[in-house]
Amino acid sequence: MSEHLTQDHAAPAFAIVYPGQPGDAPATPKQVPHKGGAVNPSVAALRAKFGPVIGRHDVVWNETTVFVQRDKVAEVCAWLQSDPAQSYEYLSDVTAVEYRDAVRPIEVVWHLRSIKFRRFLRLKTELPKAGKTPLEVPSVWGVWKGADWLERECYDMFGIKFTGHPDLRRILMWEQYKEGFPLRKDFPMRGRFSRSEQLKNALSANPEARYSMEELSIADAFEDLPHDMRKRIGGGERTGE
Amino acid sequence: MAATKTIEVALSTTGLTADGKPMRVPLGAEGLMSAPPGIEPELQGEHMLINIGPQHPATHGVLRLVLELDGETVVRCIPHVGYLHCGFEKIGEYRQYNQIIPWTDREDYLNSMGNNCAYVLGAERLFGIEITERCKVLRVIAMELSRIISHLVWLGTTCIDIGAFTPFLWSFQERENVYKLLEGWTGARLTTSGTRVGGMIADVPDGWVEGLRGFLDRFPKTLDQVDRMLTKNAIWVGRTVGLGVMSPEEALNYGLSGPMLRASGVAYDVRKDFPYLDYETYDFDVPVGTNGDVYDRFLVRQEELRQSVRILEQALKRLPDGPVNVDDPRIILPPKHKATSEMESMIHHFKLVMEGPRPPIGETYVPIESPKGEKGYYFVSDGTAKPVRWRIRPPSYVNLSAIPKMVEGHLLSDVIAINASIDIVMGEIDR
Repeated sequence: MSEHLTQDHAAPAFAIVYPGQPGDAPATPKQVPHKGGAVNPSVAALRAKFGPVIGRHDVVWNETTVFVQRDKVAEVCAWLQSDPAQSYEYLSDVTAVEYRDAVRPIEVVWHLRSIKFRRFLRLKTELPKAGKTPLEVPSVWGVWKGADWLERECYDMFGIKFTGHPDLRRILMWEQYKEGFPLRKDFPMRGRFSRSEQLKNALSANPEARYSMEELSIADAFEDLPHDMRKRIGGGERTGE
Repeated sequence: MAATKTIEVALSTTGLTADGKPMRVPLGAEGLMSAPPGIEPELQGEHMLINIGPQHPATHGVLRLVLELDGETVVRCIPHVGYLHCGFEKIGEYRQYNQIIPWTDREDYLNSMGNNCAYVLGAERLFGIEITERCKVLRVIAMELSRIISHLVWLGTTCIDIGAFTPFLWSFQERENVYKLLEGWTGARLTTSGTRVGGMIADVPDGWVEGLRGFLDRFPKTLDQVDRMLTKNAIWVGRTVGLGVMSPEEALNYGLSGPMLRASGVAYDVRKDFPYLDYETYDFDVPVGTNGDVYDRFLVRQEELRQSVRILEQALKRLPDGPVNVDDPRIILPPKHKATSEMESMIHHFKLVMEGPRPPIGETYVPIESPKGEKGYYFVSDGTAKPVRWRIRPPSYVNLSAIPKMVEGHLLSDVIAINASIDIVMGEIDR
């Protein structure tokens, strides 16, 4: 350790308290069973609190998965984050899984982590592909701000709408991308359009239209645009990406 | 465990205030507004739109930031990503587990060996494989070497962004030494593809351990030089202290991880909290900052470099003999001389290459502490040789999503410093 770094400083205003002594760190899991094993205690707490909202749970490779009713996800997450006995203060990931099976529902997956209790919980909700259920789940942006881009990516790749998200736009693909949602199983790996069509779209793109209308409104930059672009935007053409 | 560190700023350079911060000449809107009317044109209220990137050296790749400026002060920042999107996750659904490994090199290309190891850790959990002791230690060595590379590149490029050139040369020189080691091991500098499900591509060659030992002897001296050059440097301190501050609660809520989170004072390190590869048996500290600004992120990364050296020294001491790959013909290819001389081995080889190993039905999310933060690989298997879903949890993607929050209210030139402090790799963000 370098000399200028001293250890005498007071503890930071906020520090994660490790649940045990430093020597008690959990060992690297060995010989993890495929199915079964210890269930995350949060599952029982969730059942006691929310009852029928919580669906089945299973433990695979030592990780607990809980199914939650679709429209109650945000409430469940808010409780898991704020309840001091659960304290899932960290959202690792939001993503979705579509199976190769044509009828098996799409699953939206939330990976939650309690740093305080060293717990990991996977929440899932099922969105049937056929039928009237829309591909919509409540956004958890209000609980964890880190969900912002993760949900946008999930929307971009799977077309799942997160209701309540403040700015649900495409993020990795550009805004005028018309071929659909790339990680869906019915989306071919080479894209939905033919090569010639993709080339045609690329060549006809307007390279000046790189600002969204929102961005153009920032600085009255509209007046500085080339004449033909102003005309197109005035005619209702959407710009930006 | 979490150690709190204080930096005593005793600066002797002129142009400083009493509390050690460099004096700033008021610039931009504030200065103009305070001038009596009629002397300066009335610019108040007119906002400017500034576009940085996607091709700009200070954006570390193809990041594009659209900034709304009031004078020189950032009012709003709108980031655009996706220029490097290659669809790795889509391609992975059409590949066998071992065939995905080369893609992991190319996402976070500064940490390619670390990604290789992280990927196979997840895949091995999915297959239910317990790897050999030698392989574990070799992977720890690979991961810590990658951390050193990544932090050195971060250090060098951030110095360039802020205006120091010399540490860039020092850090890139040391980085080259690590690359020489990795090249001797895997045959490639950046795109290593050094692991396989159940083991490594190869054991380390003869004399490699001595090479690493020599590097570990020399490297701390470079760190000391960088330390002497930057830590108390008035310009460096003035350009980094108090910038892009994230409070601990905010940092957790925004999902930051890695040095970004620890600089804010949250001692969350996957190596300590959810250990893998027996990290809990290594003796190392997790540096934690107090202010959560750009300067603390620099200090945390600098200290992590030293801790990586500590881990590497311990790993070299305990490196056991024995096989690297697991002894399982359903997972590991037979040796080449057997595959060309024995019928059974040839059939095994053929079936493994053509059909690929099949994991049981299941799913797993395995996080590791990458240099950028918590990197996780999420696998879903339906029992076939190709994953149903292969998901990368990119740490710098989530870290970057907090940039509008961090830069607002700062000057335009500070945006560059804050952006550099996030340590983004666009290959990982866009994937």
